[in-house]
Amino acid sequence: MQNETKARVDQLTSPAGHPVAVLRFEGDIASTSKEAVLGTYQALPKETSKLVLLDFSKVDYINSSGIALVIQMMIEASDSAQKIYAFGLSAHFTKVFTMVGITKYAGLFPTQAEAMAAL
Amino acid sequence: MSELKSVSVPKATRVEVRLPSRMGFEKVAMSTAAAVAKLMGFREDRVEDLKTAVSEACINAIEHGNRLNEKLSVGVVMSADDDSLEVKVIDDGKGMSKQPARPDIDRKMLGEEDPRGMGMFLIQALVDEAEWVAGSEGKSSYVRLVIRLDKGTE
Repeated sequence: MQNETKARVDQLTSPAGHPVAVLRFEGDIASTSKEAVLGTYQALPKETSKLVLLDFSKVDYINSSGIALVIQMMIEASDSAQKIYAFGLSAHFTKVFTMVGITKYAGLFPTQAEAMAAL
Repeated sequence: MSELKSVSVPKATRVEVRLPSRMGFEKVAMSTAAAVAKLMGFREDRVEDLKTAVSEACINAIEHGNRLNEKLSVGVVMSADDDSLEVKVIDDGKGMSKQPARPDIDRKMLGEEDPRGMGMFLIQALVDEAEWVAGSEGKSSYVRLVIRLDKGTE
């Protein structure tokens, strides 16, 4: 019943010249998404991926188990001196991420262009 | 479902769905509740709130209430009134006795709190009323959610 989570990584450079690893997700983000979410993140080289940008623009459904995976990623990122950012969340999921406190540790942006301009 | 137009929903209209206790089927209840709410004329942002609340309630029922036992089903009963929509999500668990705690992101980041466990908080935060009722003899426990139409702004 759940749409399989697909993930791919794009390596970009911000206008300020910083390397940014963009994790692009597609499908649902739920309990079954562990490998797609955490596995894809964990495969990034820690030393060179200090800025990680999550693309949710092709994600329609996120439940609390999926949000927990994002928090687990944020914990691991914090331990590795990486910073997590995200863009492409709907207004509703922007509200939900804010309600659970994610915005305290991860910057949310409406679009990729706005996120990249800030990095 | 986005093309659904608001219609006059007769008073005390009832819609029921039975779900297998398998993760993913919460989306069936979520879509049905959204369709009913749209027919009643709820704003899109309220429909999104309801979708997440119903989804989380069904996930709790499937995972914690029925413990993923596929021989058990989750009942979802939607009752539309003139100005509100009530959704009951019924399982065969013992029910919840404590009120949901607000997640503490600082404690989660420090590993002092489970990254999971936000479902009940989200339910309570996104609807106008939420109550958890333990069934007698550990059966037919339910969570009851209510969202209200705001006639002035919907």
